[in-house]
Amino acid sequence: MTSDTPARRRLRVFSRRRGAPSRARRRIGAAVRMLAALALAGGVYTAFAPGAFADEPKQLSATALEGKQLYDNSCITCHGRDGQGVEDRGPSLIGVGSAAVEFQVGTGRMPMVRQEAQAEQKKPVFDKNQTKQLGQYIQELGGGPQLPSGELVENLDENPEAIARGGELFRVNCTSCHGFGGGGGALSSGKFAPALHDATPEEIYAAMLSGPQNMPVFGDNQLTPEEKREIITYITLQLQEDKDPGGLFNLGRYGPSTEGVAIFLVGITLLVFTSLWIAGKS
Amino acid sequence: MKRRTGKADLQQAPVTFAKGVDERFQASTPLRALLNKVFPDHWSFLLGEIALFSFIILLLTGVFLTLFFDPSMSETAYEGAYPALRGTEMSQAYASSLHLSFEVRGGLFMRQMHHWAALLFMASIVVHMLRIFFTGAYRKPREANWVIGMALFLLGFLAGFTGYSLPDDGLSGTGLRIASAIMLSIPVVGTWISASIFGGEFPGHLIIGRFYIAHVLLIPGGLLALISVHLGLVFKQKHTQWPGPMRTNTNVVGERMFPRYALKQGGFFMAVFGTVALLAGLFQINPIWLFGPYRASEVSSASQPDWYVMFMDGLVRLMPNWQIYIGDYSLPPLFWPAVVGLGFFTTAPMAWPWLEARKTGDKRIHNLLERPRDNPERVGIGSMAVTFFIWATISGGNDVIADKFHISLNAMTWAGRIGLIVLPALAYFIAVRVCLGLQQHDREVLAHGVETGIIRRLPNGQFVEVHQPLGPVDEHGHPVPIEYGGWVVPKKMNRVGALAPAVKGFFFPVEKPSEAPVSPGMPPVSGDTREEITSGRK
Repeated sequence: MTSDTPARRRLRVFSRRRGAPSRARRRIGAAVRMLAALALAGGVYTAFAPGAFADEPKQLSATALEGKQLYDNSCITCHGRDGQGVEDRGPSLIGVGSAAVEFQVGTGRMPMVRQEAQAEQKKPVFDKNQTKQLGQYIQELGGGPQLPSGELVENLDENPEAIARGGELFRVNCTSCHGFGGGGGALSSGKFAPALHDATPEEIYAAMLSGPQNMPVFGDNQLTPEEKREIITYITLQLQEDKDPGGLFNLGRYGPSTEGVAIFLVGITLLVFTSLWIAGKS
Repeated sequence: MKRRTGKADLQQAPVTFAKGVDERFQASTPLRALLNKVFPDHWSFLLGEIALFSFIILLLTGVFLTLFFDPSMSETAYEGAYPALRGTEMSQAYASSLHLSFEVRGGLFMRQMHHWAALLFMASIVVHMLRIFFTGAYRKPREANWVIGMALFLLGFLAGFTGYSLPDDGLSGTGLRIASAIMLSIPVVGTWISASIFGGEFPGHLIIGRFYIAHVLLIPGGLLALISVHLGLVFKQKHTQWPGPMRTNTNVVGERMFPRYALKQGGFFMAVFGTVALLAGLFQINPIWLFGPYRASEVSSASQPDWYVMFMDGLVRLMPNWQIYIGDYSLPPLFWPAVVGLGFFTTAPMAWPWLEARKTGDKRIHNLLERPRDNPERVGIGSMAVTFFIWATISGGNDVIADKFHISLNAMTWAGRIGLIVLPALAYFIAVRVCLGLQQHDREVLAHGVETGIIRRLPNGQFVEVHQPLGPVDEHGHPVPIEYGGWVVPKKMNRVGALAPAVKGFFFPVEKPSEAPVSPGMPPVSGDTREEITSGRK
């Protein structure tokens, strides 16, 4: 063989056929290959895998930072750092979206007074602006459903059928808990569906989107945004702004149970007094 | 001598007219007996009349409603005045009920009057029945009227339920569904009963028409017949009366039918009519437009029957889920409260007058009422029944109560179950003790006299309260004990004439206040001979 030039000898490093290499060379070769494989795996991992603190470098907006401040003061005890949740105390807020925050905080349900079957509505702790900030923070933290911008109540002049369609949807989806008149109703073990008498369109929309407390989520694939607006139209323009056909008092619209109370408290009482009066005239 | 003019004498006109009528129909003898019939007067005797008058209101308003209601289950798309249902598919019955409510002048008011009068009818039947029960008015010879009264309640129950179902709205459809479920729960014959009533599978397309004819013809006819017999028996057997001065088991003390009693009854009818109209004008009842047309998939929370059915609903809610399997067949838990419970509690009380007579061995005729306190056993059992009924009724609305008073619904259910067993027993005990206590106090006053509130100090330093004896005293100045007469014993000094009889506010009588009532058998103390009671210090 005449090819034993220095150049070819260099190539021989990669050639296995050329007799058994020395022990030292085998060891060095293995170490080099090992290092290369590690570097490759590490590199690919670094390139494709999400970092442990991927969101950390992402800057929170100014509003969200204000929200974070409020969150760290008032919510963190139960919902944990960065909305991760604390076991047996408060659920994670990752992915609940600003709709949930605006409903829960805006109606005073959060912060909760105590752990019980269901958070009660009360005077809100945070004002509208603060609620927005909290919502923004949770939104930027984990995303999730957001309230759409724009009018949430259909205009009946342009779309007069909206109220009837909304009524139908309301009866199918809502009355089994909230009652035919929106007066609310009981669920098991102290839970309840609240009355809708003072619910704003935003609150109703947010509740349908986020499914607060014991309410199921009515996502956009179950009730389209248009159907949601129709339901809100029915609640706000028919049930809340009720013209009350049939009397000054609607007895809360809790069905025949309050009517039964009324017949005894008003009807029978009035007539027993009348009979006392008439029988007294002798 | 009468001056004859060309025209007829107006003053003589009624006389000649009545004479003419009597000559042709011989009406004066029966009419005199009728117009002179005496009715005892007490406010509690007017409770049954509320039911009678609300039945008349029901007939009047009901006739109005039939002019506009269409009992058809054919489908139609609503195109009426109420925008929130426009375009919705619904039955003709529901559409015509909406038309009646929104477009017929006064229609909603009439519908509300009809419904309130129905609730009042049932409520006054129950209140009247309680009066009859607790005063022992059902005793011989009036057992039959007690049974008829119960039957009237049952018929009213059916009338109410069929009427509740007619508008074919979401709530009435839910009620019908429950009724069909109750029928289906009856072993062996259940499916046949349900299929024959609904004309096949629920809901079918016949039920509204069938209920309509039952509601406007059959049941009112039955009610009318039973009410006639009920009142006829009151006429024949005469009204019971409270014991009191001059009142015995063989007479009736009161007012003649004409003119006073008839005038009072006329006035009372107007008062009942006014109350129903007031309720209908002020309080909304059964807003059918909010329930929507009946769809099996739409059941609102707080779907309840009217109050007189609610006790059954409550029993159903409280019944534990005990399903019994016999071979391939099953007996659902619904059967016990809804069929056995309802059947038992509406029919078993019919036997009460005979049960009581059998137990006490009392076969005498009773025209005098008994004060509730004088029969603690009866009051105890009645309180048991009332407590049971009220507790079951409350449980029928337990979801509304749980929600509005922030109680867990599960706690309400368990309170209902435990209370249904414990509370009637407790009510029996308390009622009997209260009756005995009241009896005791009556006897004490009869034996020792009325407390005067004057404390006298005896020479030995002891303090005693001076009592005013109700009757004569013996040689030591101790009152001679008086027999209890079954009527109110005066227990305050102003009731025995120490003060002028009190005339109180709204209820003051037209005439001069009568003499202070005293125990029967004792003439009232006359003003001149009354000795002033003093503390002993002059």
